[in-house]
Amino acid sequence: MKIIKLIWSYLRIGIANELQYRANFFIQLFQSFIALATGLIVLWLVFSKTTQLGGWSQPELLAVMGIYMLVGGVIQSAIQPNMQRLMNEIQDGTLDFTLTKPVDGQILVSIREFRFWQLTDVIVGLVVMIIAIGQLNEQVGILQALAFAAALILGGIMIYCFWLILTTTAFWLIRIWELVNLFQGLYAAGRWPVTIYPQWLRIGLTFLVPVAFAVTVPAQALTNRLTPLTLLGALGLAVLLVALARFIWRLGVRSYSGASA
Amino acid sequence: MRRYIDFYLTSMKIAILEQFQYRAQNYFYMVGVIVEPTIYLVVWSTIANQQGGSVGGYTAGGLAAYYIVWTLVRQMNIVFTPYGWEDRIQHGRLSMELMRPMHPIHSDVSYFAGWKFVMILLWIPVAAILALIFKPTLNPTWLQVIVFFIAIWGAYLVRTMIYSVLGLITLWTTRVSALFELIFAFEMILSGRFVPMTLMPVWVQHVANYLPFQWTFFFPINALVGQSSPVVLVTGLGMQLLWILIGIVGVRIIWHFGVRRFSSVGN
Repeated sequence: MKIIKLIWSYLRIGIANELQYRANFFIQLFQSFIALATGLIVLWLVFSKTTQLGGWSQPELLAVMGIYMLVGGVIQSAIQPNMQRLMNEIQDGTLDFTLTKPVDGQILVSIREFRFWQLTDVIVGLVVMIIAIGQLNEQVGILQALAFAAALILGGIMIYCFWLILTTTAFWLIRIWELVNLFQGLYAAGRWPVTIYPQWLRIGLTFLVPVAFAVTVPAQALTNRLTPLTLLGALGLAVLLVALARFIWRLGVRSYSGASA
Repeated sequence: MRRYIDFYLTSMKIAILEQFQYRAQNYFYMVGVIVEPTIYLVVWSTIANQQGGSVGGYTAGGLAAYYIVWTLVRQMNIVFTPYGWEDRIQHGRLSMELMRPMHPIHSDVSYFAGWKFVMILLWIPVAAILALIFKPTLNPTWLQVIVFFIAIWGAYLVRTMIYSVLGLITLWTTRVSALFELIFAFEMILSGRFVPMTLMPVWVQHVANYLPFQWTFFFPINALVGQSSPVVLVTGLGMQLLWILIGIVGVRIIWHFGVRRFSSVGN
């Protein structure tokens, strides 16, 4: 209960903070449109040379792009800012102030930042996805919609755990600014369905970096490709990753020595 | 002149020593850099295979060569980002640089140039693995190899200049990220970063001819993997030189007017 109240407070602070800078909304919206335009040009280039890519048609890939933007927006607004702050605090030794607070450290470091305006990506992604669904030949039923929502939530949890594990390595490696670049590079692979990649890369993008579960699996749910087994696998992996992230976090905090902040 | 050479050599040496300590970090960075072209390679070789072996004259092996050379060119054209300039100007750290008896761009150019040697060293095993996996077809002539080695440094300088001009705009306004992202998007499409320029519609290729971007990706890569005539190769180097000079003039003009507007914050 206390935690929910805490999340709500931080959310409010984050939103209030961003509302001070209204012009940033338009800048952010403009950036979302740049990302959208780039994505559409890329798709158009691909489909100017072919009619389908690895069994995915143009509207289906448009749906993948919408989901990619949507999930990317969630990462940019809620996950990545927290992790970047954590990274800096580990390096500077100011994490002391957080660890001494009477709340679970892992939860606290995961909820402190919220970039409200980044949600423009979520909205643009949603719109793209809805347009894509309209172009699909088949109808999206209740069951698919539910499977989609479940897959999306599980994917989000996995991405969070993955980011946390990456960031926690800062306890040992100290200087890891390049992680942001690394993550964005890997996440960019989600722009395409992972089924088109060679096997080694597909496995990597599924189990090492859960990009497949964050973008491709929800897209499979929408396009009637999802088997119950995959969804069950997603659930299993999500549980596993949550436990692993927790374990590594504990290990990291134990080896954290502060730095005379 | 002498002091510049001294400064460059020392600064490069420092960069090499410093960056070599952060090998793990540099490898993190490199994984991110390598995933990107691998994605493009997979997309385009899938299309090539669906089209009966080649797309726009590129076979799967040719595409593999293109994107593996891409990874080296990308290492080469990592430069001080415009976001770095933004940070420097916003947080007032530029005042420290202004105290030096030399334009701050020299320390960027020399530091990143030194860093390249570490990058290339770390890149070699990665390239070997990529080559084993994707089996590129690559038979360059000696002329191509020589032009390539000049062109990657040319690409480095062209990109440094574009992004320095861009970053210096922060002297006027601190809301620059939208502009930066717009330029990055242009680069993505018009540089050969996503796809070899020859696969682009002809009008896009025409537009790209008047912009600096393709000289930072497509030209150096294609110099090695393509079948350009010696005239095209030498002209390309000339175009790089031209854009470097335009960039230098641009930096000088923007600096001249912009630096007066700089008021240090804090520090």
